[in-house]
Amino acid sequence: MRKISLDRLDALFAAISKAYTLYIPTDTKAGAKFEKWHGEERLSDALNTVRSPKDFFFPQTENLMDFKVEGKNIEVIDTRSECGDFAVFGVRACDVKSFDILDRVFLSDPVDSYYKNRREHGVIISLACTKPAETCFCHTFGIDAASPEGDVVCHKTEDALYMEARSEKGEKLMSAVSDITEDADSAAVDAQKKLIEDRLAKLPLAELSADAFGDGKTSEFFNAPEWSELSEACLGCGTCTFVCPTCQCYDIKDFNTGHGVKRFRCWDSCMYSDFTKMSAGQPRLTQLERFRQRFMHKLVYYPTNNDGLFSCVGCGRCVAKCPIHMNIVKVMKKLGGSKNG
Amino acid sequence: MQEIKREVLVNKAKELLSDGTVDRVLGWKRGEFDYDVTPGVFRSAEELDSGFVWGDFCGANFSKYLVKETAKGEGRVLVFLKPCDTYSFNQLLTEHRFDREKVYALGVPCNGMLDISRIKESAEGIVSVCEEDGKVTADTLYDGKKTFDRDALLPDRCSNCKSKKHVAYDELLGSDGEVLDSGRFDEVEKLEKMTADERFAFWQGELSRCIRCNACRDVCPACTCEKCVFDNPDSGVENKAAADSFEEKMFHIIRAFHVAGRCTDCGECSRVCPQHIPLHLLNRKFIKDIDEFYGEYQAGAEVGSRAPVVNYTTDDIEPSQAVERGEQNA
Ligand code: SF4
Ligand code: SF4
Ligand code: SF4
Ligand code: SF4
Repeated sequence: MRKISLDRLDALFAAISKAYTLYIPTDTKAGAKFEKWHGEERLSDALNTVRSPKDFFFPQTENLMDFKVEGKNIEVIDTRSECGDFAVFGVRACDVKSFDILDRVFLSDPVDSYYKNRREHGVIISLACTKPAETCFCHTFGIDAASPEGDVVCHKTEDALYMEARSEKGEKLMSAVSDITEDADSAAVDAQKKLIEDRLAKLPLAELSADAFGDGKTSEFFNAPEWSELSEACLGCGTCTFVCPTCQCYDIKDFNTGHGVKRFRCWDSCMYSDFTKMSAGQPRLTQLERFRQRFMHKLVYYPTNNDGLFSCVGCGRCVAKCPIHMNIVKVMKKLGGSKNG
Repeated sequence: MQEIKREVLVNKAKELLSDGTVDRVLGWKRGEFDYDVTPGVFRSAEELDSGFVWGDFCGANFSKYLVKETAKGEGRVLVFLKPCDTYSFNQLLTEHRFDREKVYALGVPCNGMLDISRIKESAEGIVSVCEEDGKVTADTLYDGKKTFDRDALLPDRCSNCKSKKHVAYDELLGSDGEVLDSGRFDEVEKLEKMTADERFAFWQGELSRCIRCNACRDVCPACTCEKCVFDNPDSGVENKAAADSFEEKMFHIIRAFHVAGRCTDCGECSRVCPQHIPLHLLNRKFIKDIDEFYGEYQAGAEVGSRAPVVNYTTDDIEPSQAVERGEQNA
């Protein structure tokens, strides 16, 4: 384990930036956001960013290919380019876990080469959460905010940042900062983990359980009468899906440039009336069906297809951002049986 | 703190349910925390007792919910309307969006609704929020209790409240207020005084944060089209996400034009925006221009009024004058 004093964070960021494009969470008028580090940017103290770091691997919009049309000829232009090495600093345990969930979608056959390219070049530097929020419930899904996963795992104490490599990529990054970091024993980190564990146990959502859901529970929940009340006020806005680190649906569309076509991909939302619209129409006609889809996908369908892994990481973004304050916590409490009171 | 207590609303709702005046109640449902209140329908006294809340976080405007709710059955719906909500209510009636006969409207006075994000700016881990004598106290996970001036926690739409007067109701709980002389155009004036480049930079900075979730549109009582052009794959302008920052501005400008003269300035768009984009400033610019060009006009002040932008009188401003003024501002 290595450490660096907090007043030397700039030196650390500068050293990382020599070999990687570095992104750190910074404060903006509308909450924290990952920004490229140029030297001026300050590390945010906020618990987490408004938008999730899935943007780094699965951006909201991206050009997939171009078609150039000349007379009767259509030329297909590959717009892909090899992505450079980049590092994302300050990713929380919940968000690190979200990459696993996305990987199972984008890296299984047929592999999504756009996603894979960025994933291979990205190094995740995670940071344990000293002050989990009242909306956090990562522990519900077995995620430990005190000991995140990641290529490099960091703990921030009052005066220092402790760093430990956990993968080959992480080792490589740590070797780039070996000159400015020093060896450290784990005492300070152990104490901090203990502090975080205590805090996690006191969170208002500490008792929330997902045990009622998971693999094979489709018929138990699909026709539950509670969906009607849960979904009654949903605006169908899709805010929950866009801020969610694990929502992975997209649409592919063509943009007519006048002398060709730009084929792009953009995030889509199961909450939208035109989601997966086909010639026969939208398969889910009511907001109840769309709303149910989002939560069944997180709590039942995804685990059914992925060895029981839930596709919610309990980051609490939808809890904080839904304009009508309906969210997965309320769904789990309503449907989750006696376990959730 | 709100002038009328929760019990008054609950008792009134129970009375109207039991005497058959209404068969369901649109109200605010209790959440996990003090601030995460959800709009919903109550059908019985028991449901009201256990889940109904009324307080400083009941900002949601129910007028738009009436469009769908009244279409669901024959019975009447009880709705609670704050003063600003009554303007949206009237505007929707003007546009024939719901059947007035199917609604029983109870006016409730409003002392301004709090914006939880203002508390979250300076306090982490909010466990509870309570209020006494104009002071709001948040109990937090890490910094104990934090106290705020109530006024500092009001969103712009409440600190610059345009009216405490209810312009529509069947019955009023408590006393009615007056149309207020608010400072709601002050920010717009600041923008008007900027150079065109400064103004462009301002809006680019704000709108570039937009994630195109469409929450602003979906909550807007003036946006009740059955199929929005931006959701219609056949419209040619449908987009689920911005292809570039130009499209982003298109969405907002088209929307602002579409609601011009119909936007009552209820402020719901800015309230729901997850990216804190001050959308109300776009709408207020239109309102201010309409006031200046055609004389003061408040959408929703009365049912059936014709907005100046869809009306014609011989006193109307000449288009050339508007163009000239625009050029001066550029
Ligand atoms: S659950 Fe909330 S955020 Fe999600 S679509 Fe419905 S209203 Fe929007
Ligand atoms: S569903 Fe909500 S809490 Fe779960 S990962 Fe998505 S945004 Fe986070
Ligand atoms: S959900 Fe857990 S990992 Fe994520 S920010 Fe909260 S405490 Fe940290
Ligand atoms: S609510 Fe905000 S982020 Fe969402 S579309 Fe409207 S302006 Fe954009």
